Amino acid sequence: MCLAIPGKIVSIDEKKEHAIIDYGDGTKRNANVSLVDVKVGDYVLVHAGFAIQVLDEKEANETLDLFREMLSYEEEA
Amino acid sequence: MFSLRDKKLANEIVSKIKTLNVNLKFMHVCGTHQDTLVKHGLDVLFKECGIDIGQGPGCPVCVTTPKEIEEMLLFAKKGKIVTTFGDMIQVPGEKDSLQSIKTEGWDVRTVYGIEDAINIAEENKDKDVVFMAVGFETTTPMTASVLLKNPPSNFSILGCHRVIPPALKAILDMGELKLDGIIEPGHVSTIIGSKPYEFISTEYGIPQVIAGFEPIDLLMGVWMLVQQVEHGKARVENEYARVVKEEGNIKAQQVINEVFEPMDVKWRGFPVILRSGLKLRDKFEDYDARKRYEDDFEEIANKEFSEPKGCRCGEVLRGIISSKKCPLFGKKCTPDNPVGPCMVSIEGSCNIEYRYAKKQ
Ligand code: SF4
Ligand code: SF4
Repeated sequence: MCLAIPGKIVSIDEKKEHAIIDYGDGTKRNANVSLVDVKVGDYVLVHAGFAIQVLDEKEANETLDLFREMLSYEEEA
Repeated sequence: MFSLRDKKLANEIVSKIKTLNVNLKFMHVCGTHQDTLVKHGLDVLFKECGIDIGQGPGCPVCVTTPKEIEEMLLFAKKGKIVTTFGDMIQVPGEKDSLQSIKTEGWDVRTVYGIEDAINIAEENKDKDVVFMAVGFETTTPMTASVLLKNPPSNFSILGCHRVIPPALKAILDMGELKLDGIIEPGHVSTIIGSKPYEFISTEYGIPQVIAGFEPIDLLMGVWMLVQQVEHGKARVENEYARVVKEEGNIKAQQVINEVFEPMDVKWRGFPVILRSGLKLRDKFEDYDARKRYEDDFEEIANKEFSEPKGCRCGEVLRGIISSKKCPLFGKKCTPDNPVGPCMVSIEGSCNIEYRYAKKQ
């Protein structure tokens, strides 16, 4: 019941309460964005119709590098 | 979007863990983690590395109590429109499930989220609409923020929200199993951040890692736990930093606190766990189905309901047996004919085990 999936914000309504989210697989759905501070173009994690967090794109892109670093760090340690 | 399926890195992590020759027992508390573990064969892989990982009480549907199911059934039979998530509808009660009474003609509706339930209430002003609000910290903010926006007066909730950290404490205090580390759920943590877990490391000396849901996230999460064990450390680390902030989602936390306050509740398979549930603050009591329809409840108020006969969901949820150890697993109990909630919910460990075993 409670998966969360990432999607990109396509547009936000005037009240800044709902936004259209593009899930990248051709589906676009309305979600409530009142729990996050977002702008068009942000990636968010959506759970049960609500965006629960903005994805940190920089962190995301660096995740694998960071993992590699952590592995080799242990080797030296 | 973000590709996190790096095979080479995955193999590297596994071979490194292998060389360490460990014998460890970890627990996670999330259906989505279990799905990733079983779907990608990581559970078997980790076992070969000397690490046994089990799912604890990590499925909001599975931990709802038999009584909560009966409460919902009662509402439906009193002529209200009852709404909840798909998985919940199939969970067997003592005699019926919401699904089975729906075929008898009672008004039971599956919704994708609480906002759908509100729409149903708007469209059916002449009827009472009750939403069964289940879910951990990930889902609670949705219920809370909807209640803050003056929902229609024919709408109320049967509150079944629960919080994770007290349940972890309960497991440790019960002492049935010795844990070497805990993988904390990424989406619960998205809301609550890392602080609420700290006492588990400081008071119980148990290493913890907040992890995401890709195979590589779990591999890395396990690696980080193993490293803590190897170096004699116990703290909360965050593998899922691309989503989980240390402080969590503060807006969501505020919304929860405005609407709910902690209460002691039972979890399936557990005794009452202190401050592990949430009840509506007085200000919102008009939306509290238990208060509003107190008279309806009278007939079951003091009744205790038992778990389905032979079902071992309680032990599965406490992490002391795996699904396959239940004698009913795959025989009398299958997803088409579930005996207990762990076989119903797609986040339940029996259901996950059955689904992927069949596919292989
Ligand atoms: S709410 Fe999130 S963390 Fe909890 S079981 Fe569901 S997916 Fe996992
Ligand atoms: S296999 Fe079925 S009966 Fe056994 S513990 Fe799981 S849900 Fe309960």
